[in-house]
Amino acid sequence: MSVGGSSTPLGKVRGLGSAKHGGEHWLTERATSIALLLLGTWLIASLLLLPQLDQRTVLEWLHAPSGAVPMALFIVVGFKHALDGVKVVVDDYVHEPGTNFATNLVLLFLAIGGGALALFALARIAFGGVA
Amino acid sequence: MAVSIIHRATGVALSFAGLGILTWWLFALSSGPDAYATFTKAATHPLGLVVLVGITWSFFQHLLSGIRHLVMDTGAGFELGINKTFAILTVVGSVVLTAAVWFYLLGMAK
Repeated sequence: MSVGGSSTPLGKVRGLGSAKHGGEHWLTERATSIALLLLGTWLIASLLLLPQLDQRTVLEWLHAPSGAVPMALFIVVGFKHALDGVKVVVDDYVHEPGTNFATNLVLLFLAIGGGALALFALARIAFGGVA
Repeated sequence: MAVSIIHRATGVALSFAGLGILTWWLFALSSGPDAYATFTKAATHPLGLVVLVGITWSFFQHLLSGIRHLVMDTGAGFELGINKTFAILTVVGSVVLTAAVWFYLLGMAK
């Protein structure tokens, strides 16, 4: 896949970059970054606007759909963006194919596992009674 | 150039420390008063505060240099003067925003 017309003919033939493919990965990283611009600003603003950060106040905030839904989006998009971003760093510095595959696999498991844990905790807050 | 490598470093810090602490915080919140007390104790410890301030700065730095990269992705802002000014502004902006957030938070705690 070639995005734009700036790549050299050899680059097009080789499939571009150290990942060997990447147009879609590149665009996804940008799309999630723009989403996180909104969601990250929402998260910081929400934390600052809460009257205090004790457990009861935070639970009430995340129990309501207006808190739970953007937080769920932040978790999913945040872990996806982190995975895509760290992969770029790994592909730049870990060249041996086997080690590269193993490193990216561990990071994939970490991202999916961490995201699942965060979503589970959020679901327990959103669907449970407020403590 | 420095701001570009800082973008990577802050991105890696946010991926591991940032999302790790967010997940711990949500899990502690959902697990009851004891778990939340443990989290709060760690978060308000001087060392915990240093980490949280670092995460906050990383967040704003990565956000601002991320905007810079999005602008540069369109092919704009490559002239030496503009490029350097934009890079310096991301650092100034992230320090100012981090200071503002923590002055507000620590003022709120009193």
